[in-house]
Parts: sequence; C-alpha cells; structure tokens
Amino acid sequence: MQRIGVFVCWCGSNIAGTVDVVAVSEALKNEPGVVFSTNYQYMCSQAGQNIIIDAIKEHNLTGIVVCSCSPRMHEATFRKTAAAAGLNPYMVEIANIREQCSWVHKEMPIGTEKAIILGKAAIAKVNLNAPLVPGESPVTKRALVIGGGIAGIQTALDIAEAGYEVDIVEKKPTIGGKMAQIDKTFPTLDCAACILTPKMVDVAQNEKIKIYSYSEVTEVNGFVGNYTVKINKKARYVKEDVCTGCGLCTEKCPMKKVPNEFNLGMDNRRAIYIPFAQAVPKVATIDANYCTMLKTGKCGVCSKVCTAGAIDYTQKDEVIEQKYGAIVVATGFNPISMDKFDEFAYNQSKDVITSLEFERLTNAAGPTAGKLLRPSDGKHPHTIVFVQCVGSRCSSCAEKGKEYCSKICCMYTAKHAMLTRDKYPDTDVYVFYIDVRTPGKAFDEFYRRAVEEYGVHYIKGMVGKVSPEGDKLMVRASDLLANKQLNIEADLVVLAAAIEPDKSARPLATMLTASMDTNDFFTEAHPKLRPVESPTAGVFLSGTCQGPKDIPETVSQASAAAAKVIGLLSKDKLTGNPCVAQSDELMCNGCSSCERVCPYGAISYVDKEFRMPNRTTVVRRVASVNEAVCQGCGCCTVACPSGAMDLKGFANKQIMAEVDAICK
Amino acid sequence: MDRTNENLRKEIIRESGVNPLKCMRCGKCSGTCPSYGEMEYHPHQFVYMVETGDIEPLMKSKSIYKCLSCFACIDRCPRGVEPAKIVEAVRLEVVRQQGANHLKAEDIPSIIDEDMPQQALVSAFRKYSK
Repeated sequence: MQRIGVFVCWCGSNIAGTVDVVAVSEALKNEPGVVFSTNYQYMCSQAGQNIIIDAIKEHNLTGIVVCSCSPRMHEATFRKTAAAAGLNPYMVEIANIREQCSWVHKEMPIGTEKAIILGKAAIAKVNLNAPLVPGESPVTKRALVIGGGIAGIQTALDIAEAGYEVDIVEKKPTIGGKMAQIDKTFPTLDCAACILTPKMVDVAQNEKIKIYSYSEVTEVNGFVGNYTVKINKKARYVKEDVCTGCGLCTEKCPMKKVPNEFNLGMDNRRAIYIPFAQAVPKVATIDANYCTMLKTGKCGVCSKVCTAGAIDYTQKDEVIEQKYGAIVVATGFNPISMDKFDEFAYNQSKDVITSLEFERLTNAAGPTAGKLLRPSDGKHPHTIVFVQCVGSRCSSCAEKGKEYCSKICCMYTAKHAMLTRDKYPDTDVYVFYIDVRTPGKAFDEFYRRAVEEYGVHYIKGMVGKVSPEGDKLMVRASDLLANKQLNIEADLVVLAAAIEPDKSARPLATMLTASMDTNDFFTEAHPKLRPVESPTAGVFLSGTCQGPKDIPETVSQASAAAAKVIGLLSKDKLTGNPCVAQSDELMCNGCSSCERVCPYGAISYVDKEFRMPNRTTVVRRVASVNEAVCQGCGCCTVACPSGAMDLKGFANKQIMAEVDAICK
Repeated sequence: MDRTNENLRKEIIRESGVNPLKCMRCGKCSGTCPSYGEMEYHPHQFVYMVETGDIEPLMKSKSIYKCLSCFACIDRCPRGVEPAKIVEAVRLEVVRQQGANHLKAEDIPSIIDEDMPQQALVSAFRKYSK
C-alpha cells in the first residue's frame, strides 16, 4: 500500500476563488492510501515546495498528489521537489484543478466538487504508480542550421564560437538571405550589405562551420541528440573547390536573358552566375533551366574560358548523410504574391512595385545602380505613393492576404519615404497607412523624422484603386481624417506586401515533426517563456520562420537559439523520458499493428526464443521498443489487439483506475 | 445609445448580416467608392455610424440613394465587413416606412436611358422601391 500525501494549491485566488481548497484537502484525506493532506497559497513557491519536502520525510510518503495547475506548467517543478526529498519523481501526480476546473467554472460548489473528483482520480493513479528510471542517450556534438539568412548566420556563428561544429544548409547558391537584398536598415540607416557581408565572410572562414549551399534537407531521422539527416546537394555543374570566383564565365556566357532573381527579375543575368559580388561561397552556378550546353549539348563557352577548369557538365546531385545533435530552423520569409490584388494594378503596370523591389531599385548594386528610376521608362519619378498593409491584417480572404500584421512594413516604408525625400527633394512622397506601428528602440522618433524633417505626406486611409492612365498611375484613396477622397496622379506606386513563411517550411516541419500554426509559422514550446524552442525536443527556431521580425529581433532570437543549442550540445548524455511503451512478450502475437501506427519508428520486430514445457523451446516474432526513440504517445497501446503493449507511467490499469475514481 | 437607436442598430445588423466591429478603419471602402463625391456620408462612415448607433442621420441623408450597389467596397474590404450591405440595410429601413419611398416603381421607366446596363436597373429597383 502506498503512503500518499495530497497538496492542494490555492494559486492565490486563481484556484481558491472558485474552489474551496480547504474542503478539497479535507475530503481527499479519507481516500485510500492517503496519509497526509494539506493546502497552501502557492505550492510552487519555495515555501510551498518545502511543505512537500518536509511532509515526504516526516510521513515517509511513497507518492504525492499535487492539486494545482496543468502538468504542462509545473509537473517538472514538483518532480524535482520530490527528487530533492528522495522520492522517485515519477511517483508524483498532478490533478489539474486550475485550467480544467477553477478557470472554467463560476460557482464554488461545482468547482469544489469537480476538484475533489479530479484529486480522487490522481490518487487512484498514484496507488498504482511504480518508480521509473529514465534511460540515457548520447549527444552528437554537431548542429545543423537550416537556412543561411542573417538568422542562420548568427546562430551558426554563435554555436561555432562555443566550439561546436555547425553545418548550414542553404537552398540558394549563396548565404545572405533577404538581408543581402536590402539597401539600408532602419532606424540607423546603415548599409545592410556593409554589416552583413563581414558576417558572411566570418562564416566562410570559421573552421567549425561548413556551408552546404545550393542544398536542401530531404530526410530527417532520429531524435534529440541523435539526428541523422540527408542533405541533397544540387548539381551546380561547377566544382566548388576549384572555382576561384573570378566571374569570367558569368561575363562570357552567351545566354543573357535569364531573369535575375536577386534583383527580383528587374534585370537579367547569364545562365552561369554568381548571385552578387559578395556571395559566399563565391562560386559560380549553372542554371540548368537555361544553360544551352546542358539542354542541347552545344556551347561550352564557360568551360573554355574557365582557366581553373572548374566547369563540370556531368555533375550530379549528391546526397550527404550527416549526424547532428540539434537542428535549428531558420527558413525565413518571402513577400506574398501580389497576383490577387488586381485593385493595385501590380500585374498591369511595371511602375507598381513591391517594397523589396524598391530596395533593389535604390541599391547601388541593383538594376539601376542605385538611381531611383521607373521600371517602365527609366524616367525619374516625381510623385511616389507608398501603400501599407497590402495583404497584412487581411481576414476577408485567406487566399489573398494574411490576417496577421507583418510588423516590419511601417518601419521600412518610413525608411523608403525618408530616403527618397533625402536623395530626391523634388519628389512628393505619400504614405497611406491604417495605423503606424512603431514599437521599438528609436522607431517612433524615426517615423516622426520622416514626417517632420523630410516632409513625407502621411495620410490615414487606404488606397482603393490604382489605375494606369497613359504613363501615369491614378491612385484613388481616402483621407479619413479630412473625410475626403483623394485622386493622386502618381509616377510610382510601392506596395508594402505582407510577408509569409518560406514555402519550404511546411514540408520541413513534417520531416522534423515540429508543429506549425495555420499561417505556417513554426510554433514555440511556450510563447513567452520558451520562444526559441520548438515543442519537439532538439529542434530550435531562429528568425522569421517563427513569426514576423525585423533584423535586430531576428539576430537576438538567433543568438538565443544558439544558446539553447550550446546548452544541449554541452551535455554528454541526455536523460530520456521513462514513460515509454513496453511490450509484454508473452502476450504479443506478432501482428505488427503497433509497428504500423508508431509515428516515430520506435517499434521493430525480433524473433525470440521462448522456453516451453518439457524443456522445449519455440521461436516467436515479438515487438521490441527502442526506448530512446519512443516518445510515449501511446498509439501502440491502443492499436495492440492482444493488450500486450502498455505505456510505463500511463498503464491501462492506471488509466482505468482514474476513470473508475471519477465514475464512483 | 438610447433604446430606439439600439433597436435600430440591431435591426440593421440583423438585416445586413454585417458585423461592424470587424472594421479596422482603414478606409479602403471609401478609397474605392465611385460615388464618394456625391455622398454626404461615405461607406466607412456608414459602418462606423451603425456601430455607434448614430443611424438617423444616415436615414435622412440622400447618400443612401447615391450608392451604386457596385459592391467594390465589399470586394476590396480586407476585413470582410461588406459596407454596401450596411448601406442597403439602412435604405431598407427607410423604404419600409409607409410612404417613404424615394421613387415609385412606375416612375423609373421615364428616367432611365436606353444604354443603362441591366444590372443598374435591377439595382435601381432594389434601391428605390419596396
């Protein structure tokens, strides 16, 4: 018989407001096995924990029930408390009388009655609990960072700084991500490339960091500390270790009409290309969709001009298999497509552009060498209209826009407007806004400078329609404060398009069994207290894959994710979860049902010899659980037709005892 | 908000099926409205004034007959508020009052011209008569 202690928490008034905690602790005193019962204002506090420790020692308790908040919140806390008093931590049960009781009921008698029942169920379970000892698994001291934007770069640098090996997998031919395409950064207006490219060089030169560029993760197996990942290194038809990055091939290639994705298709590149001057690795890549040699077998100019002999038209995709202890997701974002926004005439006029295109148009390395010129006729625009919230905060149609605020547009639009007025004082710049959101260090000051010092016309209201008329764009909008409708003849319209997670994120989440929200942003383990960890152990989140963020926030989160990875990799062994499946081999009929339902691939079948009467033996096929891989989800226990499969800590008889206690 | 206004507000919300609280006051409806210049109260004001129960001025205003029912505001509203339906509901409230028709159905043939699209005719009947 167990000797059980019951500890009822008030949680201030959170529980005590709707549950008579004294009545609960009194009622539970009489349950079978209970030898001690008490209540306290904050059981999770140091004083509360001391009450538990003292009671365990004084009453020789073999199990405890804490009636408090959700086990998600404080189960770990109370397990540690029990361990401190010398009790096996798996002899602790939590009765959730807060989230599932006091918070959902309004009347004290009902809340109290339910709390008592929940307490009884937990006691019934503890009566059948057995001490469990978690297993251990080794940690591969190497991290994988998926995505080589500023988030992935910062995470990799920080992990490498701590002395661990890191690999960056980047699907583009170069690392750098979106930040490499941006001209200036708010609110300090320093040049993005000037602060990013030294970091890219640091990555390239760091001995601990390996870059797999033009590569994608195709398969992930294993679990925290022990991942095996397959990386597909796409053929770039250039030997990376031979190419010197001289760029001669990119000048001589006769295929000149390939849309340059780095400049968002506003100019052309060759079929063999280096995305931008500071690319890392600075290696040419042949675009197989456009290369005449690869398509028809006739050309070979790049091969002829390459003095290093780096061109290899026979190169094939290569699959690399590597082991990792931790995986960081840094897959980033893209602006949404403007195709569904007919009212802004994005597809009708070249002079309606997105903000990212505007960045390229003002960048010295962009298609216009930094001069702000209209894409249609190359003329200098005089009236420029910026439209904010294009597709952000849009709940009317999920295919069109996104319900969330994209967070960065207010600030970059203020930056664009300010820089335009600064460089071209002859321009009239209008910004149509719904709200201007500037929470952040020196952000509001920055926006006010655009208005007060640079004379940008900020108009509260939205643009309803943009119609191309001749070489002008007629912008019809409302000025809500003046209660007027405006018709502006503009030369250039810039749309602050909402941002969305990169399309590669969803399939990656499936590979990692990491959860996502409905917008395809990765979910955090806790939105406030564990913001850089995925709920899947060993998977960490860095940058905009988790939610819209500006550069400073991304970098902070990237370093935070690195700190978490370093914490994990610094351990030699990881303690597993002992609540795993176990099969009663004598009952197992070898049907494979459990193997088929296991989402983690933790169950395999083995042929095993069993002793039979009269010194005979028989070989039977039985299920075997890999405890290091099992996550304790319990699918197998439900699927098993013979009742051989059970979950330690959540055994069928324990669950039934709880149900019985509730139904009594 | 007094009781009459509250009842009127509920009535209009029920008839239109529109929840004005969804409006985030971006003004895209008014930025897009082709009849804006002829309206005393503009689409975004309709939404806000129904939300606050300030409906009588809307009922007295000619603005309810200036709406073309082109539904551009409905198409472009990022929040799915559907302002034109609110305008229509206010109009219905007026039309339902005895003798409050803006036009009689039989007067309409004399004022339409031959080039008028059929959709405008249907819209006119919806607007001007019971």
